[in-house]
Amino acid sequence: MGKTILTVDDSRTMRDMLKLALSGAGHTVVQAEDGVHGVEVLAASPMVDVIITDINMPRMDGYGFIEHVRRKSSHKGTPILVLTTESEPAKKLRARDAGATGWIVKPFDPEKLLAAIRRVSP
Amino acid sequence: MDPMESIKQTYFQECDELLLAMEEGLIAMENGEADSEAINAVFRAVHSIKGGGGAFGFETLVSFAHVFETVLDHVRSGTLAPEADVVKVLLRAGDTLADHVAAARSGGFVADDEVKSELSALSNAEAEDLSASSADIDGLNFAPVMIDLDGSATPPQTNGNWRIRFVPKAGLYAKANEPFLLVRELTRLGTVEATPDTSRVPSLAALDPDESYLSWNITLKGCEDRQKIDDVFEFVTGDCELDIEAIAAAEPDPAPAVVTIADDVVLPAEMGSVEAAPTEKRSVAASGGAETQVRQTIRVDLDKVDRLVNLVGELVITQAMLSQRVTDYSSQQGAAVTAGLNELEHLLRELQEAVMAIRTQPVKSVFQRMPRLVRELAAQTNKQVHLVLEGEATEVDKTVIERLGEPLTHMIRNAIDHGLEMPDERVAAGKPPEGTVILSAEHRSGRIVIEVSDDGRGIDRDRVKQKAVEKGLISANENLSEEEIDNLIFMPGFSTAGQISNISGRGVGLDVVRRNIVELGGRIGIGSTAGKGSRFSFTLPLTLAVLDGMIVAVGDQTFVLPLSHIIESLLPKASDIRSFGAKGTLLNVRGGYVPMISVAELLGIEGGVTDPAAGVVILVESEGAGRMALAVDNIVGQRQVVIKSFESNFRHIEGIAAATILGDGRVALILDIDGLVSRCRDGRRHEMQQAVGA
Amino acid sequence: MDATVNQTGQDRRQYITFLATGQEFGADIMMIREIRGWTETTALPHVPAYVRGVINLRGMVLPVIDLKARLGLGMTAATAKHVIIVVNAGDRTVGLLVDAVSDILTVSTSEIQAVPDMVHENQNEYVDGIAVLDGRMVTLLSMTKLAASLGADKGLDQAA
Repeated sequence: MGKTILTVDDSRTMRDMLKLALSGAGHTVVQAEDGVHGVEVLAASPMVDVIITDINMPRMDGYGFIEHVRRKSSHKGTPILVLTTESEPAKKLRARDAGATGWIVKPFDPEKLLAAIRRVSP
Repeated sequence: MDPMESIKQTYFQECDELLLAMEEGLIAMENGEADSEAINAVFRAVHSIKGGGGAFGFETLVSFAHVFETVLDHVRSGTLAPEADVVKVLLRAGDTLADHVAAARSGGFVADDEVKSELSALSNAEAEDLSASSADIDGLNFAPVMIDLDGSATPPQTNGNWRIRFVPKAGLYAKANEPFLLVRELTRLGTVEATPDTSRVPSLAALDPDESYLSWNITLKGCEDRQKIDDVFEFVTGDCELDIEAIAAAEPDPAPAVVTIADDVVLPAEMGSVEAAPTEKRSVAASGGAETQVRQTIRVDLDKVDRLVNLVGELVITQAMLSQRVTDYSSQQGAAVTAGLNELEHLLRELQEAVMAIRTQPVKSVFQRMPRLVRELAAQTNKQVHLVLEGEATEVDKTVIERLGEPLTHMIRNAIDHGLEMPDERVAAGKPPEGTVILSAEHRSGRIVIEVSDDGRGIDRDRVKQKAVEKGLISANENLSEEEIDNLIFMPGFSTAGQISNISGRGVGLDVVRRNIVELGGRIGIGSTAGKGSRFSFTLPLTLAVLDGMIVAVGDQTFVLPLSHIIESLLPKASDIRSFGAKGTLLNVRGGYVPMISVAELLGIEGGVTDPAAGVVILVESEGAGRMALAVDNIVGQRQVVIKSFESNFRHIEGIAAATILGDGRVALILDIDGLVSRCRDGRRHEMQQAVGA
Repeated sequence: MDATVNQTGQDRRQYITFLATGQEFGADIMMIREIRGWTETTALPHVPAYVRGVINLRGMVLPVIDLKARLGLGMTAATAKHVIIVVNAGDRTVGLLVDAVSDILTVSTSEIQAVPDMVHENQNEYVDGIAVLDGRMVTLLSMTKLAASLGADKGLDQAA
């Protein structure tokens, strides 16, 4: 049941927290620090099952990253979950328009995170 | 460690970095040099601090960061112009955020109401514009969610059975959602019967691969909470038609033609073949300044680095030992071996430097703390101060950087409090009302030099001298050079009391600065011109791990004297040595008399040379206490030594800086010249002055 | 006490015992890093006589304490037959100069008695208790207290 999940976030704290929750549930975690890095990692990791990405990042933000994945990569069918906060409904929608599959509201608890993954990935 | 606890540590570390980045960006904004990426970086920093803070439940921090972030969002979207007064508020907000982080880390309360309301005022001023611009986004897609939420309050008579009609649209698949997974998710809520409705599927020829034709009729039994059903479809709201209605208790079970979800679900034909929309507005290269290559770094546990440093140190010692042994043999073949050893020494030095460099960091992290300090001091003193930072990228050993903060803070306080004049005073003196303080760092001949200079009034030497006499630090008739007078301000017990304010005069004098710098193996230089300003420089070693030393013998013991303190070595004639007072001795060095002390006597070593004329004298210079002649038995050589502290296993010993291991494997002590000299000097100064005056 | 329960989970601890002036002392085996022969030390200035100086322990500068002198039993005339017990206690690593290591003892807590009041107070400070086994009396020393006392300014300065 373990999936390979790519997390894209410029915050080390957030990357660590995601990794803790995900690997605790038996998933393999691949990390990237921003959108550009995410694209690179994705190109090198064909087996990614789910992508979790932050919005606000240097070099290439979450929107750009999602659009790139949906349009340009071999992962256009890969589910993408966006990390947002409660106060950002507009961002959520913009991410959806860019092609995000769903979202995770920060701060998340592991259960919410895993439920979101279950809803987008077999 | 609890993994969450260790992530919390990471969070605080990251906060420090983010706060620095934020400060840097805000200062760029203040100077009108911030481009959109710089403003974005500030926003991201605050956003990330908030995000992590939320995860650890730092509510007051999060609530403040949120208000701050909102204003920054307006700035980056261009609805709020970063004019001077706006940036001023942002800088204060940055300081307050730093306080919040500190409070989250080590407890405490941050009064942020004032800054918060100033921030709110900024975002409210733009509120109308904002609501206008964001309304269309909100209105577009978000409304359906609200309607669904309304529904959750309705049917009270439900027995937990629901009829759901789910009609996915093409967009649902384009975003990689899968109806099958949603239906599967429903099975966690109760018993599910799902029937695919294929009635809309056209003939193969008419089939548009991007279109969605399949829909689902679902009954869900045994789920009391409507909200949970809504949650399952949360991601696809807007990309499907969704009807959820409660089945009345009396209603019979629906039609039997079912597919049980766990076994076999008909997947839509479109799956996996979603075509990309043709527009390619964005690509990797196009998305804003992405070309700037990020420098590759790795994080390494400091212990690992220190282990490496130690090992290389050992290697250097072993090499020195081998060299010594070979020299001792000095045979014909010895020459070839010596050549090889010299080569080895050369390589080892390079290796050592490379390893030491791992421990270095830019001084930026300390320098970046100073703008805030300057702002606060300027506000407290009503002075106008412009701070200039130079050479922030200069790299120094991590430990030096960590211990540089306090002395620098002191010197900046001193420059603003005592150095710079009030604006009207400055104007009267023909200077601009705004004073300038320059903090700079640079590498100079293997050491780092950090300078704090100001264009203020300079050191008032008459006043300093007068104070020193009043405090009993010098006698009234003592003839001191300008340099010696300047150095008085670093003496313990000295403070220009007439000017004590609540800033510099915190009961801590500049003597603490001197001690801090000396402990780091550095020295302080002072330059000052009346009316023009002062310049204080700290000359520090690049690393605390090695030092160049002179090896001397005293009795049966070997000591290391730091070369940085040595002026010269002399072979004194008996006629140059004069007894003085009860115990004192003076040495005539080319006509000037310098106090002389015997290292053997000082450290209680017996069996050495008792007549200084039979031994060697090392002329040393110490910070603050001037020149002194140290009598030893003889000089063994000069060598770079690896500094080994024994304080952690034992304790500090006065007059001893640390230890090292020599080529023969034995421990030798490194003398703390400043400590030794000032100790002797304090004890004897008075006695000598009386004698000089008499 | 600074010892921990041994691996079997019973309340028994192992001690290395050593001789100093004919008396037998014990140190918790968990605190002991190694035992090595005596090597000439580098003297430290301004320290009490029981601090014999420092030695190079594979790159670490290790202070060596004359245990006998520390306990007020007189200076040890160190020879090649004497040993240095390297102790890890708290944050410190220190060497203890003793005559010889004699034994490894397993002692259960019930066999440990409190220190009688009459024992020399200088020694008493570092004693955890006294173990009596088959007529032998072993004074169990607290390595932590012994090592920690080195960092205290007290004791050193007055003797300096």
